Amino acid sequence: MKNNPYRPVAARISSISMETPIEFTIRVQGQFAITPGQFFQVSLPRIGEAPISVSSYGKDFVEFTIRAVGRLTNILQELKAGQNLFIRGPYGQGFARENFQDRDLLIVAGGSGLAPVRPLIQQAINGKLDNRSLKLIVGFKNSAGILFSSQIEEWQKMCDVCLTIDQPESGWNGNTGLVTEHIRKLEIADMKNLQAVVVGPGPMMKFSTAELRLLGLPEQQIWVSFERLMSCGIGKCGHCKIDSTYVCVDGPVFNFSQAATLID
Amino acid sequence: MKSLKLNRKEFTDAFARLGEKYRLFGPKRLAGRGRFSDTDLITCDFLNSIEELESEEKSYLSPKAVVFPPDETTFVFNRDEFKEPEMEDERETIVFLRPCDINGFARLDRMFLENGGQPDPYYKRRRDRIHFFMIECRSSFENCFCVAMNSNIAQNYAAAVRFGDNELLLKINDESFGSYFSGEKTDFEPKFVSEDAVSVELPPDQTMPAEIFSHAMWQEYDQRCIACGRCNTSCVTCTCFSTIDIHYPDSRGCGERRRVWDGCHLDGFTNMAGGHSFRKNKGERMRFKTLHKIYDFRKRFGFDMCVGCGRCDDVCPEYISFSSCINRLTSTLKGMKNEE
Repeated sequence: MKNNPYRPVAARISSISMETPIEFTIRVQGQFAITPGQFFQVSLPRIGEAPISVSSYGKDFVEFTIRAVGRLTNILQELKAGQNLFIRGPYGQGFARENFQDRDLLIVAGGSGLAPVRPLIQQAINGKLDNRSLKLIVGFKNSAGILFSSQIEEWQKMCDVCLTIDQPESGWNGNTGLVTEHIRKLEIADMKNLQAVVVGPGPMMKFSTAELRLLGLPEQQIWVSFERLMSCGIGKCGHCKIDSTYVCVDGPVFNFSQAATLID
Repeated sequence: MKSLKLNRKEFTDAFARLGEKYRLFGPKRLAGRGRFSDTDLITCDFLNSIEELESEEKSYLSPKAVVFPPDETTFVFNRDEFKEPEMEDERETIVFLRPCDINGFARLDRMFLENGGQPDPYYKRRRDRIHFFMIECRSSFENCFCVAMNSNIAQNYAAAVRFGDNELLLKINDESFGSYFSGEKTDFEPKFVSEDAVSVELPPDQTMPAEIFSHAMWQEYDQRCIACGRCNTSCVTCTCFSTIDIHYPDSRGCGERRRVWDGCHLDGFTNMAGGHSFRKNKGERMRFKTLHKIYDFRKRFGFDMCVGCGRCDDVCPEYISFSSCINRLTSTLKGMKNEE
């Protein structure tokens, strides 16, 4: 069968590392033209297939940061370097660079929502996004759940990072409270040139975008990324449809002016 | 293009000749298999001969399975090898179906061949091998509302047939079938139904106010719908599927990736890893399906998805009527407009 979009490629695993007790990052070898925010359909034969967003990429590798919460993801966790992961993609609309050029960029990420925006943060920090400034607000449930902690430390040296956990903890000297509380405290000098990206669990995105709107940020300057069940990634299976929108091909990154109108 | 009058024998003989080159698919009566005792089930399936064709009644299932089987193996696994299975039969297929269903295939084509920009190869290889033989509807069946959905008329067929007791009238559009049929020349043109017993009024305009999504009208379905998904499986235009992998218990290195019909009314349709899901209430699922069939598909493709075949009403064990739901939505929208 020629041009079968469902056929994955075998991608050799170069490393697999634990981020938290239940989240891990798989790095595979391969060259792909990726835009931050895109995802792959990741599978193992005889186990299953699931959409996983790219949490980092380079010239010859792609990384996926995955929470072990299901049949496939639990088995993925057991894989070893040298074995194959089966992937097809990249799929979907990512974060388009032109929306952030010469703008102040605010990225608000909640929990595993940091994974799909990590490539965007890396681009911004490496000067590939040509944004004017970068501010990060990153929230986790607790300190044990913090993803990419050593990288966040690196980011803190290079831009304004607010790392927060929901509740105070003994031994934690950093910020506490939900990301919304930290959005509320923002002082925005140049509202017209601010672009905000909000990615995380549904309620976190709902309340974070509401806070940004209260600060006076127009919907058109807010970007979100959706997570939905998908069986195909290419606009056929119907699972991710909301209204006339297919998250897999029209998203997963949406301008909030569109996202706000999408009712599941 | 030509039209012929044939007797039963001439018709049957033609299909005996066609049967060497083509498979036949269409409505088929399974005696005693109906939902109630002493009733028959009219399904849609491959026919061993033209005598098996049920030309008089509406089928309980749509003909979509000929291009989109309820389950289909997309890959056969041998360890890490992915192999696409060959088609079980390479022959082309003559599909007997009614005008609404022909229009239904245009909806399937939009999803499988166009949406997302890449054609689905498993659908396409079946779709490229079918020819429509349209069964003329003498009158509308129970629950049909094709006229309201503008799908009572179809022109895209290889041949059209009017079944009579002893005689049949046949119009052949596709010349490649011309040589198989012989009979008396006529000027037969198929007729189409122009009214249905069920009258349906579609929503008045192209926008859907946000209040409709959370409107109380959907709550009734929380109680009535049992999420059996029959409306989805019987629908000629429902295209949703899930992908599942299996391994063979006695050979764990071997297995298959399959796609199976799924539906927006079924539990688990939106389940994500970690337990989160959308549309837990059946009423929300009814809202989602209704708006897809008569509102948001049109926004994307320019025409409504529903073809008004009425099978969802035929098969619902809770006697939920989709046509009534559309009418109720329309009157709710009108009421909201009047309040403004």
